[in-house]
Amino acid sequence: MRFGVLRFPGTCDEVDAQLACERVGEATILWHGDRDLQGVDAVVVPGGFSYGDYLRVGAIARFAPIMESVIAFAREGGPVLGICNGFQVLCEAGLLPGALLPNRTLRFVCRQVDLVVEHADTIFTNACAEGERLSIPAKHTTGCWYAPAELHEQVEANGQVLLRYAPGENFNGSLADVAGVRNEAGNVFGLMPHPEHAVDPLTGSTDGLKIFQSIHDHSAARAAA
Amino acid sequence: MSQRVRVLVRPKAGILDPQGQAVERALPALGFDGVANVHVGRLIELDVEDASRVGEMCEKLLANPLIEDYEIVEA
Repeated sequence: MRFGVLRFPGTCDEVDAQLACERVGEATILWHGDRDLQGVDAVVVPGGFSYGDYLRVGAIARFAPIMESVIAFAREGGPVLGICNGFQVLCEAGLLPGALLPNRTLRFVCRQVDLVVEHADTIFTNACAEGERLSIPAKHTTGCWYAPAELHEQVEANGQVLLRYAPGENFNGSLADVAGVRNEAGNVFGLMPHPEHAVDPLTGSTDGLKIFQSIHDHSAARAAA
Repeated sequence: MSQRVRVLVRPKAGILDPQGQAVERALPALGFDGVANVHVGRLIELDVEDASRVGEMCEKLLANPLIEDYEIVEA
């Protein structure tokens, strides 16, 4: 299977994301100004500072030409993974519920965090076990997930929270310890921590690879069906 | 004829506003007592030909209605 990894002006984690994807499949970088997704099987919106984070994080990137195609791809059920800034972009685009606010401390934080897998029967977590802990780095200033009460209730009732910060690990103040959330249909997922930075034993944890492996396995199973 | 318009964007009431809190804590340290409910938002100034469209601009781009309120002030 082939992943497409978006690159906006100001994106900085697309090469790590590409390398992570290439551990389980093939990967192509897609430029923000193009509209052609080149027939990829899944899209990754990577981390960084798209369009300099001007106005609000993710606010301008969501109107990039490539995003029109990503939104259409997502509406047709194509798997889309948003990491960090990618998560922010997908929230701004209305593909994921909620919004990301500045960290409670107002500080940029870069650290390894423990996450708990809430649901393992999904496109993005099928290589994990329910309740499993993943150790993945996080690095951001604007990662406090928030949704108004009514929306939050819906998200919880639908089981859309796939990853939560483990007890004591919620450093950014996210509502209900939410670290990663999917859309209602289940084919779009965003998280603040960086699974693409946890794919090589050299850097201490390979837990992030499970997210890419899950997308790959889902795609392979779908192709075989 | 274009017209000057100001858009004031604020965090919605009840939303965590750590910037406002940080400013509120800093003021007494400088001797400014009696300050409460500090909120930090954004000011966007635009020259527009059709001011009636600014609301739509706010909904689509200038503010995120999920977390922010906006106010349009025509100069």
